[in-house]
Amino acid sequence: MTALLDIRDLRLSFRLWSGTVEVLHGISLSIARGERVALVGESGSGKSVTARIVLGLIQELRGARVSGQVSLDGQDLARVSPKARHALRGTDMSMIFQDPTSSLNPVFPILTQFREVLARATPGISLDSARDRATSALHEVAIYEADRVLASYPFQLSGGMNQRVMIAMALANRPKLLIADEPGTALDVTVQAQTLDLMRALVASHGTAVLFISHNLGVVREFADRTYVIYRGRIVEHGPTAAVFGNPRHAYTRALMAAQPRLTGGPLPEITERDPAFDAPAEVHS
Amino acid sequence: MKRAAFILAANPLTLVGVMLVMLVVMAAALADVIAPFPAHRGAVVDFLNFNKPPGGDYLMGTDVVGRDLFSRILYAYRISLLMAVVVLAIAVPIGVTLGLMAGYLGGRWEYGLMRVTDVFLSIPPLVLALSILGVLKPTLLNGMIAITAMWWPWYTRLVYNITRGEKAEGYVLAAEVTGASRAHVMFREILPNCLPAIVTKMTLDAGFVILIASSLSFLGLGVQAPTPDLGSMVAEGARYLPDQWWLSVFPGLAILVAVFGFNLIGDGLRDILGGDR
Repeated sequence: MTALLDIRDLRLSFRLWSGTVEVLHGISLSIARGERVALVGESGSGKSVTARIVLGLIQELRGARVSGQVSLDGQDLARVSPKARHALRGTDMSMIFQDPTSSLNPVFPILTQFREVLARATPGISLDSARDRATSALHEVAIYEADRVLASYPFQLSGGMNQRVMIAMALANRPKLLIADEPGTALDVTVQAQTLDLMRALVASHGTAVLFISHNLGVVREFADRTYVIYRGRIVEHGPTAAVFGNPRHAYTRALMAAQPRLTGGPLPEITERDPAFDAPAEVHS
Repeated sequence: MKRAAFILAANPLTLVGVMLVMLVVMAAALADVIAPFPAHRGAVVDFLNFNKPPGGDYLMGTDVVGRDLFSRILYAYRISLLMAVVVLAIAVPIGVTLGLMAGYLGGRWEYGLMRVTDVFLSIPPLVLALSILGVLKPTLLNGMIAITAMWWPWYTRLVYNITRGEKAEGYVLAAEVTGASRAHVMFREILPNCLPAIVTKMTLDAGFVILIASSLSFLGLGVQAPTPDLGSMVAEGARYLPDQWWLSVFPGLAILVAVFGFNLIGDGLRDILGGDR
């Protein structure tokens, strides 16, 4: 079976005044159709950058050098024209972010923004049919007073409401791949859990594949089918979520697990900045 | 409308500004109706009534060739307002577009555009306008060109700074990720977030454009006689101070009223628009 998203030996470096800085040292990752895959790691490990390469945002930066292969649905994204890659955004791929409220433009009501998203797949969509489709999309995320929400500005809605609006927008064009970059980190924990449950049910019913980027191990454990652990631009361990969490083999994964806060409290060990054991080759669970 | 009335009631000074500006606009628009001597806008000579102090038929007195000062001020407002409207209508779109490009596209665009802007801003505004007018003929049109040339960089810088901040906002990234074009992100996403600042500055600037235009014609580099212009009227009248004080005092007051009105509105807008985001 071919994977929906297939990343092979992805390397990224930035050319700076002081020389070249390599950020990703050969990442390989694959996501099957409808599969939920998590990418976990600490800040600065290269999680978000990987997501942005998939979306083709990094490639447009000056000074960025990307090598390796990223293919979506059998298409090599490096080979297709920038125009074709651009056409994938918002239609075949979409993304949701950490802070839902700032991800919506403060000066437009929700309906206007929803219509722009829908117009990516259906150019020139009329206001009425945009309203209809937005209403049913909002129903899917358990927003039943769609008229009020669509007429509101983002700052008039709560964070959790905005998050659900974002999810509804991201899934409105039935993307094949949804990239969730630490979704809801800016929200409080209960709301975060609710929206994640909602999102999981939705992607399951639509058959959308998800690349879930997070540093929250608890959330990942709940959400993902498979997990990749990334450290300093390298994948150090991957496999089915249960296996990675149940039997972490790589030294870094173990250190990461040990640093999880527990209900029973107690001090947390600190992860050392660098440890030769962390640079050991990747562990793969079958 | 209700909301506007409410806001204005809470900002009495802004209301004063609105009233002053309306007064000026009405004076200019209805000059033909109000002016007691419409013909005096042009080259009319009436030596029977020259240098009359304010009073009687002549509300603000007459000038050295016997023209009614009040009538001439009404017509001079037309020139001033035309100046403000034309200059801002050209300078603002140019400045805003360049500011958006510099702020959003970054890189070479940013470097190139902002350095050009810096060059313009490093020359004292009046000196720049004077040198442009020194090369061109001093006419109304060239006056507009000169003032426009010194005006756009302020908008470029203003919008550039806001754009730099807005660019880091999530909604810009969200739009990019959804596949919005650069033009869409600049004009449909970022620009609406800059509008409060732009509108505020435009209102403040309307007064300053009138002031600068008057300064230029005070120096003899604006509108030429016999077309009435507030700046040149002050300049002519200054020669007869203090005996025929009304010749320069009334045009001066006319400038003051217009500039003061626009400034009050601008300050009010800054408070109103700045507060509720």
